[in-house]
Amino acid sequence: MNINATLIGQSITFFFFVWFCMKFVWPPIMQALEARTKQIADGLAAAERGKHEQELAQKRASEVLHEAKQQAQEIIAKAEKRAAEIVDEAKTDAKGEGERILVAARAEIGQEVNRAKEGLRAQVVSIAIAGASKVLEREVDANTHNDLLTKLAAQI
Amino acid sequence: MSGEAHTSAEYIRHHLQNLTYGQLPDGNGGTTWGFAHSAEQAKEMGFWAINVDTLGFSLILGVLFLWLFRSVAKSATAGVPSGAQNFVEWIVAFIDDSVRGSFSGKNPLVAPLSLTIFLWIFLMNFMDLIPVDWIPHLATSLGIPFMKVVPSTDPNATFGMALSVFALVLYYSIKMKGVGGFAGELTLMPFQSSNKVVQVAFMPINLLLEGVTLISKPVSLALRLFGNMYAGEMIFILIAIMYGAGWAMGAFGGLLQLGWAIFHILIITLQAFIFMTLTIVYLDMAHQEHH
Repeated sequence: MNINATLIGQSITFFFFVWFCMKFVWPPIMQALEARTKQIADGLAAAERGKHEQELAQKRASEVLHEAKQQAQEIIAKAEKRAAEIVDEAKTDAKGEGERILVAARAEIGQEVNRAKEGLRAQVVSIAIAGASKVLEREVDANTHNDLLTKLAAQI
Repeated sequence: MSGEAHTSAEYIRHHLQNLTYGQLPDGNGGTTWGFAHSAEQAKEMGFWAINVDTLGFSLILGVLFLWLFRSVAKSATAGVPSGAQNFVEWIVAFIDDSVRGSFSGKNPLVAPLSLTIFLWIFLMNFMDLIPVDWIPHLATSLGIPFMKVVPSTDPNATFGMALSVFALVLYYSIKMKGVGGFAGELTLMPFQSSNKVVQVAFMPINLLLEGVTLISKPVSLALRLFGNMYAGEMIFILIAIMYGAGWAMGAFGGLLQLGWAIFHILIITLQAFIFMTLTIVYLDMAHQEHH
């Protein structure tokens, strides 16, 4: 436990170690630590940016979705309107057709009635002639009295 | 026990003697270089002798520390750190935090200095946890008379470091404040007076007070570490003596050694940390202007 030159040796060793540490050990490690700190900070910033961008995209997506929904609704409304129109048109058409058929049927009925009337008239003439000939008990010349008979038939 | 014929006192003395290399009288009136074979011989060698064990172990430990840190520093990446890099970065970050917390100036020397002090002293103190007989016993069987394994129980080692720190404190005090500023700090405080004559009369008193404060820095730094480690080593040696006193005492001694070693883990770390923190504080004071 004597104080001797070990003191000087220890001091020299100490200064050498400190110098070595300052020159070759401390800077690279601190550099690595700082670089990692920067990397992590950058990573966090990028993540933040990504999150922000994602939020924006989400917002945009919901907007697009909303628009699409609106458009779909419009299309549906239009389609419904068109369908109603088609139905109305069909109804109108059908009504028209029905009426036309009705009119045609009525016309036909009218014709039939007229034809029947004509038939009846002809028969009435012949019956009247037969009746008159019976009454007169002689043959009436149809040709001579045709005018008269026709007038008669028209009066019926 | 290192020998059957040794008494307890001899055993303790043997354990506390450094392996000293220096000049010995050769019996013909001249001197010859060699190892001291007794405490008296080591004392007679005077100042120009070297404690080979202290220097050797501290060199090995310092090189071990620098080799480990250098190998990590060489391959240090900013990417995902591996095991050794994790460990080294943890210590470096811890030292960096301590320096940032206590040192307000800007000096690229302080942080590496603190790292070196902390780890080197820690490793030197750590030698205390190796059972006290192992290395000295091995040395004795190899024919080496003494072997003191804990460099920090040698006041040469602790004073060597403390005086180096003190030299740095003086260097930076003068560099930062100039010779006049540093001298003023030593002579114009703590007693001050607006009267020039009274101020001059205060100067010697101030110099005495501030000088004691200044000198007490390295002395307390060295003696605190030395005292703690020396006392710890002493207790380990005393416990080791119990092993020679029957198996019951030996078993009790083993228990004591375990307990003391566990407690000592705290002390060796704490002493290294205190030495480092005080170094930072002293250097911070050297960098600060007081006026």
